[in-house]
Amino acid sequence: MRLVALCALPALAAAMAFATSARRFVRWRIGVLVAVAATHLALVATLWIVPAAPVLGGWLAADALGLIVLTLTSVLFFAATLHAVGYLRRERQRGGRVFVGGLLGFLCATSLVALSQHLALLWVGLEATTFTVAPLIFHRHDRRSLEAVWKYLLISSVGIALALLGLFFLATAQTGVAGRPLVLSDLLAHARDLHPAWLHAAFLFLLVGFGTKMGLAPMHTWKPDTYGEAPSLVSGLMAGALTSCAFLGVARITQVTMAARMGPFVQPVLVGFGLLSLAVAAIFIIGQGDVKRLLAYSSVEHMGLLVLGLGLGGIGAYGTVLHVLNNGLAKAWLFLVVGNVVLATGSSAAAANRGLVRTLPISGALLVLGLFAVTGSPPFGLFLSEFTILRAAFGAGHPWIAVLMLLFLAIIFVGMAVMILEMALGEPEPRAGHAPESWWLLAGPVGLAAAVLLLGVYIPGPLQHALTIAATALGGTAP
Amino acid sequence: MHTAPQLVLLLIMLTNFAVLGTTRLSTCIRAVALQGLLLGVLSLLLARQFTLHAGALALGTVAVKAVALPWFLEWAIREASVRREIEPLVGFNASLLLGALAVALAFAITARLPLPGLREELLVPISLATVIIGFIVVTGRRKALTQVVGYLMLENGIYLFGLTQTDSMPFLLELGVLLDLFVVVFVMGIVIFHINREFDSLDSARLEELTD
Repeated sequence: MRLVALCALPALAAAMAFATSARRFVRWRIGVLVAVAATHLALVATLWIVPAAPVLGGWLAADALGLIVLTLTSVLFFAATLHAVGYLRRERQRGGRVFVGGLLGFLCATSLVALSQHLALLWVGLEATTFTVAPLIFHRHDRRSLEAVWKYLLISSVGIALALLGLFFLATAQTGVAGRPLVLSDLLAHARDLHPAWLHAAFLFLLVGFGTKMGLAPMHTWKPDTYGEAPSLVSGLMAGALTSCAFLGVARITQVTMAARMGPFVQPVLVGFGLLSLAVAAIFIIGQGDVKRLLAYSSVEHMGLLVLGLGLGGIGAYGTVLHVLNNGLAKAWLFLVVGNVVLATGSSAAAANRGLVRTLPISGALLVLGLFAVTGSPPFGLFLSEFTILRAAFGAGHPWIAVLMLLFLAIIFVGMAVMILEMALGEPEPRAGHAPESWWLLAGPVGLAAAVLLLGVYIPGPLQHALTIAATALGGTAP
Repeated sequence: MHTAPQLVLLLIMLTNFAVLGTTRLSTCIRAVALQGLLLGVLSLLLARQFTLHAGALALGTVAVKAVALPWFLEWAIREASVRREIEPLVGFNASLLLGALAVALAFAITARLPLPGLREELLVPISLATVIIGFIVVTGRRKALTQVVGYLMLENGIYLFGLTQTDSMPFLLELGVLLDLFVVVFVMGIVIFHINREFDSLDSARLEELTD
């Protein structure tokens, strides 16, 4: 019942937001948005205390991996909603109908992805995310955002179509095998009977298809443009929640292939995509001039780390699941802070924003802290998860993977630090005043920063339990 | 010489090459409309018996893929008054050559992926060839409209492959495919409308402000 409500509530609210056309309802719509985000978060919290039974014939269930992604999505959505209140107050030129409706539709679609135990349903959810975020990316209605939304729609539609073909291949691999078609638990129970050649083909197509939605290199080309042009809170939701949901798709097919004992085929492919993404991020991060595009390449980097850990197996799988949480929280944190900067100065170009610690003291400080968090410095959570993946690389007997990973991470750290430190500590424009910072705009990033810090020093018991189960499901172990 | 499904599949292959070899956008749209019609016919021919489900699927396929979407694309080119694909990234002769390679590749892949209990041997290779050719059109053409046509071909190829699975797949998925197609093109349509208004042309190559 709660599982259905998690998907249905945002869908109903989205329909209501679209239905109320008049500009008079602006405040009412924002109220609905905040209420739905808070209710969603509260419902997800109850799932940790009292687990919910599977519903709809086992098509919807909250297993450990899905629950982790769902919780991340819900937390990020709540933080982004608080930010949206402040954002819509400043950007009042539109009624916010499409914006609020799109956000709520996005929450519905991502919840569906996180809870689906039927892979076709998961695909429908991911497909729905594409067209719910498209109007959000196009929010500014200018040429550059139009170009970005066109690239995003075309590339991710082709990607999601290839994933559909992969699903058909998977169903073909299942022909003559016991169990319901494309239902995860049945696939896992009879994984050894699946047709190996078709399963190989299904894995490759699903990895490329969902990898496109994740933004793995070389399918990442939409990412800098989309994150650069979308409103920052939308970029934050995409980089934190949407990519994690797409990763869940990759994780599901990895679960099936690992249960079918196909590790020797699957793992090198995952490691290859991971290292390529790290390399591409390292190359393009050097010399970036725009902080949102910089963060987009940082997102390519972290997607690479996720599949790298998955491919290494062992404790790498644990590191990956933990990294899903850490990366999602940190990316949303940074994008929301950058959103504050853009609201104050009207630009995300590094050259237009100098001396932020003086002009926007709280946001500037959060930006510098975020730099250290997102590049994996202790004591933040990302250090822990990246270090676990690194240990997996050494432990699996591939020291060269670990060396390459360290090299790329070092380049990325330098590239990001040069730009962000200059933005924060440089000499501000003489006429730049002391802009006020609203608490609506700061609450989200402050809360997310606290969560990333907490995950770096202490992992709560129930979460540790869920991480262990999820890592085991992905063919790995807890450290 | 051939059974009816084989004939339909060969016609689908011909429509693929018609899109690859033409500069006229309206010819592309008609070819992809014909392809949609052929898909609907094929789904009826391949049904083991005529059920309500099979009839509804064929009717829905034709309504969306052969009538609604082509009509919408025709409307878009009238609105934008574009006629031809000019200076594609991959030339027309090169596209045809790539198309031929795609067919060879599709047959080679099929030989390595045996499908038990298949009713029509040509179904899998032609479906894969259509997917690859759709991909060539999406990546090799500049006009936003031709890219949408390529995307539709790619979806048609996937639909063809899905016809091997009509017995085991849930009804939901077929509905999902049609819905997906409709919604994506609807969203793309709005974007096309805006591209036209902003740039006075549907040339997606003009969209090049965002580069590194």
